[in-house]
Amino acid sequence: MEQQLKRKVSIDPITRLEGHGRIEIFFDDNKNVERAYLQIPELRGFEKFCEGRLPEDMPQITSRICGVCPTAHHIASAKTLDKLFHVETTPTAKKIRELVYNAFMFEDHALHFYILGGPDFIVGPGAPKELRNVIGVIQKVGTDIAKQLISIRKRNRELISYLGGKVIHPVLGLPGGVAKGIDEDELSKIKQLAQDNLEFALFTLDTFKRIILENTEYLNLVTSPAYTHQTYYMGMVDSENRVNFYDGMIRVVDPNGKESIKFDPQEYRNHIGEHVEPWTYIKFCYLKKVGWKGFKDGIDSGIYCVAPLGRLNACEGMATPKAQQAYEEYIKTLGKPVHYTLATHWARIIEIIYASERMIELVNDPEITGKDLRNIPSKVGKIGIAAVEAPRGTLFHHYETDSKGLLRKVNLIVATQNNAGRISLSIDKSAKELIKNGDGNIPDELLNKIEMAFRAYDPCFGCATHYLPSKLPFTITLRDSQGKIIKRIF
Amino acid sequence: MSSKPKVAFYWCASCGGCEEAVVDLAEDILEVVKLVDIVFWPVAMDFKKRDVEALPDKSINIAFINGAIRTSEQEEIAYLLREKSQLIIAFGSCACFGGIPALANLYSKFEVLNDVYIESPTVDNAAKFLPQTTSIDNNGKQIELPEFYSQVRALDEIISVDYYLPGCAPTPKLIANTINMLLGDNLPTAGSTLLPDIALCEECPRKDSKPTDLSITEYKRICENLVDPEKCLLAQGFLCMGPITRSGCEALCIKGNMPCTGCLGPTSRVVDFGAKAVSMFASLSSGKNEEEIEKNYAQVMDPVGTFYRYHLSKSLLRGKLERGI
Repeated sequence: MEQQLKRKVSIDPITRLEGHGRIEIFFDDNKNVERAYLQIPELRGFEKFCEGRLPEDMPQITSRICGVCPTAHHIASAKTLDKLFHVETTPTAKKIRELVYNAFMFEDHALHFYILGGPDFIVGPGAPKELRNVIGVIQKVGTDIAKQLISIRKRNRELISYLGGKVIHPVLGLPGGVAKGIDEDELSKIKQLAQDNLEFALFTLDTFKRIILENTEYLNLVTSPAYTHQTYYMGMVDSENRVNFYDGMIRVVDPNGKESIKFDPQEYRNHIGEHVEPWTYIKFCYLKKVGWKGFKDGIDSGIYCVAPLGRLNACEGMATPKAQQAYEEYIKTLGKPVHYTLATHWARIIEIIYASERMIELVNDPEITGKDLRNIPSKVGKIGIAAVEAPRGTLFHHYETDSKGLLRKVNLIVATQNNAGRISLSIDKSAKELIKNGDGNIPDELLNKIEMAFRAYDPCFGCATHYLPSKLPFTITLRDSQGKIIKRIF
Repeated sequence: MSSKPKVAFYWCASCGGCEEAVVDLAEDILEVVKLVDIVFWPVAMDFKKRDVEALPDKSINIAFINGAIRTSEQEEIAYLLREKSQLIIAFGSCACFGGIPALANLYSKFEVLNDVYIESPTVDNAAKFLPQTTSIDNNGKQIELPEFYSQVRALDEIISVDYYLPGCAPTPKLIANTINMLLGDNLPTAGSTLLPDIALCEECPRKDSKPTDLSITEYKRICENLVDPEKCLLAQGFLCMGPITRSGCEALCIKGNMPCTGCLGPTSRVVDFGAKAVSMFASLSSGKNEEEIEKNYAQVMDPVGTFYRYHLSKSLLRGKLERGI
């Protein structure tokens, strides 16, 4: 036992992400990495305790799955209520929801680039840990830029507060509409914000190109085998297969970029399965069509990828001009599909541009200040299913009601869960590629480079561990090399 | 090491909203960073647990802990931070009352066993695998996971807490006030909640439209009725928790044209929020005899989710436990 413990290095907790996680790296007799695990040691319990609740309370209850992306759960839930109550959203309400949603995508993605993931590049992967964070970013980019970032984030969050009451756990979503509309007097301010967002998004793209693409060392890191996986990719698309965050069909492409499946979110159960492992509380999503084949990539493994990298691979383009231009440059540089995990940072910025341009379209639509905010439903149905593209990937909500109209069954496939298989591959592979002859004293920079493999995904393990723990007996499971159970010791 | 006060932020069973609320200090965070050294903040900084373990006892001036306690790991870090910190702040409604995750106390762990890992419509788990506190992988290596407790608990059920700042999430203004107060010379009374001890109705923009003799004959569901954006929500027949909820949030949900759901918890005179909510409900209802009250009560379809949405860990009724698990 003692021998074994010395051959393990832990990164605990993993940092600059939402939620809890730790990495355990095990070494073989030759001091090389045998297997690195990303474990998720935390759970809460939404699907079970949502049973018995009123459906209309779900947008506010499920937003508490994640305080970083509450708007994603809130809007997914409101869309699910539209289906459950058999009611169409009014045209104005739909535009308000989408406006709020794109403001949220903008500020959430910007948060990741400047505060969570970006410091690895802007300050550097090997910078001292006291500086490898937003404080280091401020020192590097200068206080003026930092103030601009703070101000643009604040203004977007004020817009969400204006329409949603609160920005952390907004309250606007109701079946058939929204609780509050836009005053004519506020419109010019919102228009200005949308314009400023676009400018800031383009500035962020320039910054990215300057700091990362013009640095050969970084570019080599991005394209190195340590951070590369060939998997399937998933994302929501409009009728022309362009990225859409709010509504559309779910499109999946294979590792060669060929369309593999396209489905209505209502059909998600036919296409997505969840696999359980004994060493973590996260469930691993896979494509049922291909099947769960263990932790490996390639066309024969059902593991797939969502979020910016997944979306930009699963689409055939962006729906707005500047985002399309940036997308074309991205594809021209890296090919398609892009298999480099760290390229997610670039894809995320392209999506910031799209969110800004979509906001501009929405605020210039005369219907945005309409007063018809809600269609009142006449009945509650038995089942409602809907999806949105959360910043971290496709998010499905599924509710069923009992004879009184209270919830009896809730199933949620959250963004990060879709990515869980690929993130696991990324941690294992980066550890194996980066650490050779590890004697237990791994330099901080190398450990951080392993963390960079999950950080690119901007995972949210708060979201991913929304479900409740089951009975957890102290049990040891012995399995053979195929993963088959040989023995369980209770 | 600089001589600035040291501050730590940590999250337990939570959503991360309390962390976002700190980031929402916006330009004020630049001031905070000038005043203090942040020595632990996993969401934004790379300090690890071992860095905290290496600090001398009581060397952290203030530790803000958000989230409820569900696992052995969360409990361990709460103990660690208590040891290393002079002041512990229960930050946000989950740390103060259990929060929304405490609704899980309505179900035993055993009840959800099948639901989550076996019977969920998308799970494919014919072998009925469950996550294990200890498992052995294909290479013979032992992998551990933290233990899960049968109940979701508030922070002060685990360690002693010096101050409480509830809210889901606390607003940046309240956070800034708290930090200034705690860095100043005059500390508030130990054990107090750092919010005004009056009801939300007092700061509600619709206060003037609240009748003094409210008598509600019919409780309305928000999804079935339009909401007048000016008038008191209770006067319109919607259950609003304003009269029994502490003020401090500036009535944000009401400004969003939706009722208060009680996230800031009760004032200091109330022991059990849900019990107080039921009492408020009874006194506002028009029904005066048992039959009429029953009729009114039947209109509240989900009493627990309505009255105890954020407070179940602090309820006198607790939750559901199964013996021997």
